[in-house]
Amino acid sequence: MSAVVAEHDHHDHGPAKGLLRWIITTNHKDIGTLYLLFALAMFFVGGAMAMVIRAELFEPGLQFVDPAFFNSMTTMHALVMVFGAVMPAFVGLANWMIPMMIGAPDMALPRMNNMSFWLLVAGVLLLASTLLMEGGAPASGWTLYPPLVLQTGKALPFAIFSVHLLGISSIMGAINIIATIFNMRAPAMTLMKMPMFVWTWLITAFLLIAIMPVFAGAVTMLLTDKFFQTSFFDAAGGGDPVLYQHIFWFFGHPEVYVMILPTFGVASTIIPVFARKPLFGYSSMVYATAAIAFLSFIVWAHHMFTVGMPIAGELYFMYATMLIAIPTGVKVFNWTATMWKGSMTFETPMLFSIAFVVLFTMGGFTGLMMAIAPVDFQYHDTYFIVAHFHYTLVPASIFILMAAGYFWLPKWTGHMYNEKIGQLHFWLSAISVNILFFPQHFLGLAGMPRRIPDYAIQFADWNMISSIGGFIFGASQLLFLYIVVDTIRGGTGEKVTAEVWEDASKHSLEWTLSSPPPYHSFTTPPTSIPTEHI
Amino acid sequence: MSTSDTYYIPHKATWPIIGTVGLVIMLAGFANYLNGSSIGPTMMVLGLLVFIVMLTGWFTLQSGESESGMYSTQVGISYRMGMMWFIFSEIMFFAVFFGTLWYTRNLSVPWLGGEGTRAVTKELLWPAFEAAWPTNGPGKVGGEFESMGAWGLPFLNTLILLTSGVSCTWAHHGLLAKNRDQLIKGLIATVGLGLLFVTFQAIEYHEAYTEMGLTLGSGIYGSTFFMLTGFHGFHVCVGAIILGVVLFRSWKGHFQPENHFAFEAAAWYWHFVDVVWLGLFVFVYVI
Repeated sequence: MSAVVAEHDHHDHGPAKGLLRWIITTNHKDIGTLYLLFALAMFFVGGAMAMVIRAELFEPGLQFVDPAFFNSMTTMHALVMVFGAVMPAFVGLANWMIPMMIGAPDMALPRMNNMSFWLLVAGVLLLASTLLMEGGAPASGWTLYPPLVLQTGKALPFAIFSVHLLGISSIMGAINIIATIFNMRAPAMTLMKMPMFVWTWLITAFLLIAIMPVFAGAVTMLLTDKFFQTSFFDAAGGGDPVLYQHIFWFFGHPEVYVMILPTFGVASTIIPVFARKPLFGYSSMVYATAAIAFLSFIVWAHHMFTVGMPIAGELYFMYATMLIAIPTGVKVFNWTATMWKGSMTFETPMLFSIAFVVLFTMGGFTGLMMAIAPVDFQYHDTYFIVAHFHYTLVPASIFILMAAGYFWLPKWTGHMYNEKIGQLHFWLSAISVNILFFPQHFLGLAGMPRRIPDYAIQFADWNMISSIGGFIFGASQLLFLYIVVDTIRGGTGEKVTAEVWEDASKHSLEWTLSSPPPYHSFTTPPTSIPTEHI
Repeated sequence: MSTSDTYYIPHKATWPIIGTVGLVIMLAGFANYLNGSSIGPTMMVLGLLVFIVMLTGWFTLQSGESESGMYSTQVGISYRMGMMWFIFSEIMFFAVFFGTLWYTRNLSVPWLGGEGTRAVTKELLWPAFEAAWPTNGPGKVGGEFESMGAWGLPFLNTLILLTSGVSCTWAHHGLLAKNRDQLIKGLIATVGLGLLFVTFQAIEYHEAYTEMGLTLGSGIYGSTFFMLTGFHGFHVCVGAIILGVVLFRSWKGHFQPENHFAFEAAAWYWHFVDVVWLGLFVFVYVI
């Protein structure tokens, strides 16, 4: 199926002028830019909330905020980071890169693409507005468990409708990505020649379409339980609060893979370029991604080992969860094997990618520890779980998003970023992120519960160290902001080639286009495609 | 360059932002209404109006573009994929409520009655509760009620929806055979049967509330019954509106045997609503 752009609007070939360009744009690069900048802004908003949390936990006792606001901060930090920063950042990358990687002119459904972005903004604004409401923002944790969440003040319906909007936005984005990948590929681009980033996003899009309606259904039942006298989560009426947890985690577990699968995709794109070798085990990477996605649907209750499930349930979810280590292990070994005997160089994107492989593996191992049901009874709701999922999100998803930024900024802008500041950013981040999260393992094993503003005196030392790491990490990210702005404004002044990185055009199609690329990526489909990534 | 081998990419789109604004006003209005604020209903109506204007404008634009031959086969495939995966997301939405019905009936209500290892819990919490279905729980939430039988209006509604599925397919055959008369009659029958279904559903709800004591507040039975049938009824209304638009376009002379995506999408949606009802009929009414 070949795609050739039709220019029907002969009076105006370019984008609209001024601010309006960004509001009514249908161009995949414009929309990708909007997504990425919005995600970056939300990264700092969510980060500011994390700074409030770490400041409060710097010492035992209550010093800066009252406990209810502290709980709002943990809740909003999670919601903003998941739905406002990490997911939109990956959708932004998908918008920018997928059409260029598969040889297409644009996304398959450009108008819906625009709506999907603005619904995201609307959803996050609705969520943020709850901070100013009577009774405060939701303070139940991002999982919104009843009956606790039903005690939220005026914020509750706003938070619920925000979830609906974010869900519609994600579903639209996912449908668009699936239609683009299936329908817009250059004729030579067969499925098993697609870059790994495209593959991982294809699978992620299926996850999104399957789970976002489930989350929407769960919060709809919260809404009717609160305002329309239903008894879904009330045992007195024959319902069950644990039912909410089952539904939430049926969404929630695939949801965390929505944030990690595109991460794998970007890592599989960057590592071969800087190792100057083809990706080791391309097809096993594809099958491992699909296997992880499938398993993500049948392991959800490992988040609920302590709720009183039947013993058969505990055992099933324990063993099923441990199975995930197999395809994930395949990936980690493949990345390692890709680097083995490669002619490696260590530019900033590669540094972040290598740190990802090491630190994500650590997060994976703590996950394996918690998959063991009897052991999880000790770790449940402690700082150990906080350390675990932050290792899989911050030095994994966030690091890879940074890597993607450094990797593709020269392509997007036509300018080179400042490598020295990039490396400084990397080392500050990589060291401080471990000072921030590694001590939280010790705190959790010693029994410090999560989501509390105050703690017993024996946890003081590690909390202080963790907070110091947090402040350094937070401050270091301003360097990234500086680099992004600086690169857009001209960077080092060095004019980059189409290829940017040595031999990159052997790996993927986007490097065959000029830097910055033309407004419509491929107006006629490319006839030959690079296959070095396979 | 002929239009058949091009991919149409619009340069500007104003409807998405208008629709977003409408949706946000509507939802913020609903939230304000739930919080007891007097501005809520006004915002809801305003938002809904904006949203309807958006739908009308956007679909008019699209059907105009389609009729002027701007869409290639490849664009049509994108649309079909979009509709297909949208319906899949709807299936997952309904799956939540079917799952809820299954979980409460087969697991949590029996547990409340002391099944499995829960005997002590029952003795401590609600020793008098005997697990059964239908139930409004140990707290008898919502008071005495009767459950809805299957073989009156619901059975009739099953026949109505199944017939409407047939008439929809008959209309499609008319379209393919360039039989305009059959197309329009088939669509009128389908929309009419859809509206009849909704009317019967309304009568059933009225009966439930006024005579049977069965409300949304009747414990878990009332909650699952009205949530499942209510969301389904809403989808029937949406489907009927979509088919109504398709009927209007057919009457205007749109659609060719080889190019009628809007008809196909509406038919898919209608069959999806039909299949959900069969699930509802079995699991909510019969069993």
